[in-house]
Amino acid sequence: MKEKEVLLSVRNLDVNFGTKRKPFHAVKNVSFDIYKGETFGLVGESGSGKTTIGRAILRIHPASGGEILYKGERISGKISKEMDKKVVSEIQMIFQDPMSSLNERAKVNYIVSEGTYNTKKELSARQRQLLVDQALLDVGLLPEFSSRFPHEFSGGQRQRIGIARSLIMEPEFIVADEPISALDVSIRAQVLNLMSKLQKERGLTYLFIAHDLSVMRFISDRIAVISKGQLVELAESEDLFKNPLHPYTKALLSVVPQPDPESEKNKEILIYDPSQHDYSTDPPVWEEVAPGHFVLGNQKELEEYRKELEA
Amino acid sequence: MENKILEVKDLNVKFSLRGKELHAIRNLSMEVYRGETLAIVGESGSGKSVLNKNFIGLLDGNGFISGGEILYHGLDRTEPLDLAKLKTEKEWMEIRGKQISMILQDPMTSLNPLKTVGAQIAEAIKIHQKLSGNDLKQAVIRLLEEVGIDDAPRRYGQYPHEFSGGMRQRVVIAIAIACQPQILICDEPTTALDVTIQAQILNLLKELKQKFYLTIIFITHDLGVVANVADRVAVMYAGDIVEVGLAEEVFYDPRHPYTWALLSSLPQLGVKGDELYSIKGTPPNLFEPVVGDAFARRNPQALEIDFVEEPPYFHISPTHKAKTWLLDPRAPKVERPRYIENIRGVGRR
Repeated sequence: MKEKEVLLSVRNLDVNFGTKRKPFHAVKNVSFDIYKGETFGLVGESGSGKTTIGRAILRIHPASGGEILYKGERISGKISKEMDKKVVSEIQMIFQDPMSSLNERAKVNYIVSEGTYNTKKELSARQRQLLVDQALLDVGLLPEFSSRFPHEFSGGQRQRIGIARSLIMEPEFIVADEPISALDVSIRAQVLNLMSKLQKERGLTYLFIAHDLSVMRFISDRIAVISKGQLVELAESEDLFKNPLHPYTKALLSVVPQPDPESEKNKEILIYDPSQHDYSTDPPVWEEVAPGHFVLGNQKELEEYRKELEA
Repeated sequence: MENKILEVKDLNVKFSLRGKELHAIRNLSMEVYRGETLAIVGESGSGKSVLNKNFIGLLDGNGFISGGEILYHGLDRTEPLDLAKLKTEKEWMEIRGKQISMILQDPMTSLNPLKTVGAQIAEAIKIHQKLSGNDLKQAVIRLLEEVGIDDAPRRYGQYPHEFSGGMRQRVVIAIAIACQPQILICDEPTTALDVTIQAQILNLLKELKQKFYLTIIFITHDLGVVANVADRVAVMYAGDIVEVGLAEEVFYDPRHPYTWALLSSLPQLGVKGDELYSIKGTPPNLFEPVVGDAFARRNPQALEIDFVEEPPYFHISPTHKAKTWLLDPRAPKVERPRYIENIRGVGRR
């Protein structure tokens, strides 16, 4: 792999909820780098902490431990006002449910431009309208739509509005939290195409959060698998699909639904049992077993994983 | 082929909305055979849920059947019963739950949060069977065990919020099969669940189907799930079934352009870096009468006749038929998209 520019770096991130005395560890010691221009997939079940990581990057949840670096500068914890402003405009989010993520009582015009009222106060109404028109055109909607309300749009169009709202901030990094899970099959393809078109045109970097590995393979350059707040495996997409190492990844791969009746009806479902690891004497470490292929395991397991890769 | 349990003949369902009529189900005919799993696929708004609500008499108040028959051949009756003619709740009570039962999409909203799980299952049993006291409780606990809930006696007294999403869906399934129905309609039962849980629920449904000799109608838009559960697949578009056949036939040898479009837009089949195929435009406005093939306007390869006359069913095999003029002997040869040619084996890639 070539030396790539690291855009975002998450180092030993912990996120705890609850009280100090009785904390709940939602994210435990998570580390990964996201390179500029790539799509980084984060896969896990509900409750695994994938959304929490995305929200920690956006500074919605404070990090309890570790740090998050954006372009080499720390953006977790207390940061300066200028830095905060930069993060707010350069890191944006696309939400899962287009039905509930738009303000029902605001017109598209306001929904899309809302962010600019904070970052570009000096704009006149006319200039702001031009920005909105352009953002709508960029996502394949007509500028006329700006005077309508969200309920007048279909699910796919709403998701486009959600994307326009983040584009108007001229972001470099977008956290997309299950952006297509709530959409219909035919519309999923449209939104995925739009996202990859925007990525090519603007050199955007995505953190794509989903629970569905089948979609991940198509869009992600690299995939990280998260279980119970910990990353268990990270590799380039094809590598992960061809040589999954961690039993949890294998279990996830075994349940991916495929549009192929013959293999679906004969498929074997692997069940992941966390008690199969014996971490009592030998705690697991996060290690690179092959170039770009990280996995969580203790020394004995890592040895087996290496052998598996060679075979 | 096995015997039919449900036969829909030229069904028309309309909704009156703001003085206009929406033609939601357009002259639809289909059969469901005893003991099979029939999957109905289509995008939202294609009418798949509306169609199935007719089978248990839960059509919304402004909807009505404007023509056609729904013949139900129950095991215990000699004459088929026309469900389209049932009017009163009393008549429906004989069918709903007892003969035909339904599981809804979201297990978070289909249970009553104020009642214990045990009480909710007991309620379903009480309506149709004369059980009470300890017998009733035992029956409920047996059902909970049947759907794979561990520690059933303790779980009996718990409330829905103490259950995870997958467990709640199991409870919903327990309620649905409480009165040993013959047909189980599953309306997107796994859409709200995680993939790992989804696989477990699908396996549970398969087990129950064997055990109770259920006939399952499975509504979904996830073609991966369809490939997993379905014996036969019906593809619905704009209130009609455009293609129906055995699962292998529909996946490996699809004939209708809409089926092609659905299959080619799957990210599983996409090539990284290439644009995914996506269906242009929107489904037809069903307030207006549909002329010709309903999919023609969105089909880049539509023939002239598609805009003029509605195609009939053309049979490809005794079990496989599709409503498209492309199958007419006079039609020009149209290649199906190359993406879906190698769908066989995609699961092993």
